[in-house]
Parts: sequence; C-alpha cells; structure tokens
Amino acid sequence: MDFGLSQEQQMLRDAVARCLADTCPLEHVRECSERDNPVSDKVLDALQGLGIPGMMIPEEHGGLGMTLLDAALVAEQLAYAVAPVSFLASHVLAPLALSEAGSEDQKVRWLPKIASGEAHISVAISETVEARDGAGVTCRGGKLDGTALFALDFAGADAFLVADTTGRLHLVPANASGLEKIPLTTIDRTRSVGELRFAQVTAEPLADDSGFTAGRLRDAGRILLAADSLGAGQAMIEKAVDYSGQREQFGRLIGSFQAVKHMCAEMAAHHEPCRSLIWYAAYAYEAMPEDVSLAACQAKSHTGDVHRFVARTSTEVHGGMGFTDLVGLHYWFKRIGFDRQVLGGPESARAEAAVLQGWIKAA
Amino acid sequence: MDLDYGPEYDAFRQEMRLFLKLHGHRAPTGQARAARPSAEAVEWQKLLIEHGYTARTIPRDYGGYGSEPDILKSRIIAEEFSRAGIPGGLANQGISMLVPTLLELGTEEQKRQWVEPTLKGEVVWCQGYSEPGAGSDLASLKTSARIESGEFVINGQKIWTSTAKQADMIFCLVRTEHDAPKHGGISYLIFSMDTPGIEVRPLKTMTGHAEFNETFFSEVRVPVGQIVGERGQGWFVANATLGHERGMLGDPDALENRFQALVRLMKEERIGMGRAIDNSVLRDRLGALQAEVAAMKCNGMRILSNSLKGEPGGMAKLIVKLQSCELAHQISALAIDAMGEMGILYSGSARERMRGTWQWNYMFQLGLIIGGGTAQIQKNIIAERGLDMPREPKLPKISGAAKGTADMLRQKQGSA
Repeated sequence: MDFGLSQEQQMLRDAVARCLADTCPLEHVRECSERDNPVSDKVLDALQGLGIPGMMIPEEHGGLGMTLLDAALVAEQLAYAVAPVSFLASHVLAPLALSEAGSEDQKVRWLPKIASGEAHISVAISETVEARDGAGVTCRGGKLDGTALFALDFAGADAFLVADTTGRLHLVPANASGLEKIPLTTIDRTRSVGELRFAQVTAEPLADDSGFTAGRLRDAGRILLAADSLGAGQAMIEKAVDYSGQREQFGRLIGSFQAVKHMCAEMAAHHEPCRSLIWYAAYAYEAMPEDVSLAACQAKSHTGDVHRFVARTSTEVHGGMGFTDLVGLHYWFKRIGFDRQVLGGPESARAEAAVLQGWIKAA
Repeated sequence: MDLDYGPEYDAFRQEMRLFLKLHGHRAPTGQARAARPSAEAVEWQKLLIEHGYTARTIPRDYGGYGSEPDILKSRIIAEEFSRAGIPGGLANQGISMLVPTLLELGTEEQKRQWVEPTLKGEVVWCQGYSEPGAGSDLASLKTSARIESGEFVINGQKIWTSTAKQADMIFCLVRTEHDAPKHGGISYLIFSMDTPGIEVRPLKTMTGHAEFNETFFSEVRVPVGQIVGERGQGWFVANATLGHERGMLGDPDALENRFQALVRLMKEERIGMGRAIDNSVLRDRLGALQAEVAAMKCNGMRILSNSLKGEPGGMAKLIVKLQSCELAHQISALAIDAMGEMGILYSGSARERMRGTWQWNYMFQLGLIIGGGTAQIQKNIIAERGLDMPREPKLPKISGAAKGTADMLRQKQGSA
C-alpha cells in the first residue's frame, strides 16, 4: 500500500518542471498568447526531448506507455508554468482513444507520428457532456453533418476526433472537404479551442459504437483538467505567499497580518486535499476502471470550486497589482476559469455523479 | 500508487471480520456519549485488548496487547469497525491523551500505576488545560501551585473540563515557577478528583446539555511526586498530548459515516412530492460534500503513506483539523436543511428524527471548530508553519502609564 508518487513519477514531475522553468518564462507566455495560434514550438520541442508527446502511447507504437497519473503530473506542471502548448487533447485524449478503441491500421498510422511530434489530433467531445441547441454532429452513411463545439488543442491539428450525438467517435482529417474550422476566442489565451462545422464530411469511425470510449475520454479529460487547475492553483498560492512576504504597508510585511495570513491558509487548506483526490482519480483510471467516472466527477467539481476560490483570493492578496496585466497573475486565473467550465462545470459533474450512484435516475 | 494492502494484511482483515462476526453482538450499544463506560463497554474493551484490536502497541507489561507498531493494521482495524458499524476501543481523554503521554514521559511507577486501569476503562480522566483567561493563549494560564511540606498546593480555575463529574483523576497544567517565562513556568500534575478543595460545576452549553464543566481548585494538596516530567516542563509534556488530540478530531472514517447517514436521511425524508434527495439544490450540496469527504479520505491515505515511509505529513497533515471539523459541521447543516421544517425538532419531541442528533451535532461541531485549537489558530499554524509566512510582530506591552491614560479618557467620556 502506497498512496503517493513513485520515484520515477517524482523524477518525471521534476524534469518537466525544470524544462518549463528554462523554456517558458512569463514573457514567453505573453508573446505566445498574443498570437492566433498560441502554441510555442520552443516549449513543445523541449517537451519532445522528454518524450512527453508520446507519454500515453504504447511502447510498440513509439511511445513511453505511461499512466494517467503520470499525465496528471505533467498537466499540473504545464499549468504551473501556464505553458502555451497543446497537451490534453493532442497528447492524452487522442492517444488514449486510438490505443483503447482504434483499429490496428489507425494505431499504426497515427500513434508513432503523434509520439514523434509530427502529427497532432484535436478532440471534440463536448457534445457528450452538454448537448445544446444548434450543435451536435450526426453520422449517416459515413458522412458527418452538424457542429462540434470546443475542439481542444485546435490550432495546427492534422485531424479531429469528434463525438457524434450517439457518443461514437470519428476521425476526420483537417483538410477534409466540407469541414469548416472556426477558432474561438476564450479567456485563456494559452490554449487553443475551435468550433467545427461539417457538411457531408467523409469520416472514419472508431470501432466502438457504445459510447464507452467517449466516456473514458470524458473521465480522463476531467481528471487532467482538475490536475491543470491544481498546478495553476499551486502557482497562485505560492505567488500570494511570496508577494505578501515582500510587500510592506503600515510599516510591516502584509503577510504578517492575520487577515492576509488566513486568506493564504484557507487557500492551502482547500487546495491540498484536491491533490490527493486527483492522484486517486488518476490512479483509478487504470487500476479501478469501475470507480473512475465517479472519482473523475468529484475531482473535477471539487477542484473547480476550490480553485475558483484560490484564483480570486490570490488576486486579492496581491491587491491592485493582482488586477494588472503587469504581474500577469491573470494567466493563471484564466487557466483555472477554463479548467472549471470545460467538460462540464461543478454542477454538471455533480449531477452526473448523482446518477452514477443511483441517487436519481438519468434525466 | 498502490492501494493493495497485500496478502498479509488481507488475511489480517479477514481475521478481524471473522472476529466481528463472532463477537460483534457483545459490543455495547448507545453509549457513545457516556463518560463513564458501562460494564458492557468495559468487557468489550477487555476483549478488544486481548485480541489486539485496541491498545495494540501498548506493552503487555502495562496492560496493552504489546504488538509492534503497524500503521496499516491500525488503519484496517479502524476501517473494519467503521464498516461494521460496531464501536471500537474506548477513546476517552485518558486513553487518547494521558496514556501516550505517560508512555513517552512518565516514570516507570506512573506507567505501572495508571496505564492499565485507564486502558480497561476502570479509571476515567479529565483534562485540566484551558482557563477562562487562557484559551488560545493557553500558556498564559494562571492556576498556580506553591510547594508546602512536600506537596503542591493548587489554587485556580479550569474550564472545558469534559467528564470532570465522572472522572476519577485529572491531568492538569498549573503554574509552579512564578519567575520563569510563561512557557517555562508550567508543570503537568496528575491527581485524584476526590482531593479536598476541588469543586466541579456543570457548564451548560448551547445544546442544552452540560457536556463540559468548570473546575475550581482551592488549596488542593497534591504530593510532589504526582508530576509528569520535571517542574517547568509541563508545556512540552502537554504538547505531546495536544498532537494526539488533533489526530482524534480528524478521523476520515467518522466523516464518511456521518456522510452516509446524511445520504440515508435524504433518501428517506420526504418533502412535498418527493424525497429530499430529489431536490436538485439539496442534491448538489450533497454531491459537493461527498467530493470533499472523498478528498479528505484520500488525504488521510496520503498522510498514512507518508508516515509508513517515515516522511513528515507536511501540509496534508496541518490542514486536517481545520477542514474535518468544518466539513462535519456542514454535513449536519445540510441534514437540517434537508428536513425542512422538521429540522427544528430536538430530542424528545414528537416526530423527531434520529433523536435530534443532527441539531445536536450541528451545535456541538461548532464547538469542535472552536475547541482543540480554534479555526483561526489553525490558520495561523498553516500559514506560519506550512507556508512559512511571517509571524505577527509582538506588540509592546501596554505600560501602566498608558493604561492609566486610557482609563482616564474613558472616565472623562463617561461623565461627559
């Protein structure tokens, strides 16, 4: 029994942290976030050196065959550095979908190229979380029609993995005829999101037509968004503590005032158990697949709530400076805001959790 | 990460399940709040000690089971009692706080005299720490003792002495070194509650019950040998036990049990057309609490693993008292809300739910947020020890002259 990280996991986490500290200072984040495609080739190249793009790809297809907990540790570090790179969809969800439900041909065609950094697949499964009017993709006779919202890691994608209204996943090349790609502007300028419109687009379905694979992606996605929020929250707490240890008012460090101290203590007290919950949920993804959906809903909803509190409280500890662009605290604030909403906000995840344990019947 | 306990521990768990199946019917019922264990509870305690399901690591010479410390086995024991809904070993202040202190810092004679009868529920203790003027700032306590013909002579007052009425003995902090700095002037004494000069007055709380007392000492004479540690070391002796109390207040199994009781309530309680759990607002709150309970359970496993590896608990441990007490309080709050108008009923009323437990819990748990180191003190500890934030600068003491001026101003304003 060991509820904790292995030595290899600690090394992975530290290596990614060092790599990002070297390649991804805030000025670089600022530059990237002002471009249409925020993805930093410099940071991505550095992560390639650690094998990160192939971390979730089985070894026989050129990857490292790591676990979702490993990916969660990487997500946490990426958010800590507010790194403007694709990761969640391109390097975790797409590889997982292809490894767990792709045909041999699909695996051979895509996985080695993803691992080597030559190809990148964006994922759009928002339909399976929140169906809404004017969106939804249907498949008839191998052709897709309709709209998929919130394709993640959108910019520069070579292909899209899209869920239809039945939850089945389809692979669509980025240059498919009849596919329109519309970038969306979100609060978080460190990640790229877009909308896809399909008019009689030829697609290649994954074999699983039960919706199971889309569910697995939703679980994994929620856990990694929670981990992302954890990393951003960690940075915001550290920044608040640092700032309050430097800033003086009324002749003393503001961190010596209990009003400020208690804000920081409350952030830490809510934040730290989230880490344990996320580790558990990520571990459950492979070790206890029957438990993972509930754990993912809990990790997503709880972390979403806690880090909304952390984001605003850390900003307040910084006083007026926290509100400026100068300090750049807003990059983390917005990252947390993004993580909270995507793949279902706290209320939505809790509603799903209630159905999962039979508190109520599905609507 | 590996949440498997492995074959040795699985076998231990099976063994314990069998024990509970065979003997569970002998466990006492409905005595959780009784200060003095019933004969039934004492028998159960002895049986548990005999099988190593409580007092597990306390040496046999002192009445324990005498096993090597094994955190996982302790964890399994707690889990299995909780799972079976059967009370585990006694967990009163004598067992939770005094026994570990004596084992660590007591003399051989003290261990032989007190540990076994305390473990077996024959001797009940109360704790004399807080005073009306010394709460969060415990070290400023004023109850004092002077030495006179080989005895400490104690005068003063303690507050929050739960079970003082039923207790045979008290472990008590008193100021013995009057010239020493405040932390260095305290001694840790143990003495009989039958000693002449002790008066116990029940302290009725907002729950309507007297869960606590005030205890008054006037010329109470205690032989000088009844001290744990040396004179002036009492603060450090007491701190050893405060650590044990903090552990006691943050049990994730207790949170899980309360939460499950809340789920049952919300499935049974019907308001209007449906069950409480069918109300989406209440259900959302339930889900939020469940995620928090899950987070605290995971946090508990992480702390457990850290101690298995001999690593410090760090931030994960520092936050337990603050978060667990608040969460327990929130669970009770939702239970009351889920009952709607029925939520106002208290014990003894017609139509009461679970003997008014939820309202009692809601109030008593507010007491726990305050007691054992207030939430605000916990936040100071988290900030200063966990986040390394600067301490509050010490204010200069209010001088006699300044106080005189302030009094004068107040009088002037009063007469104007």
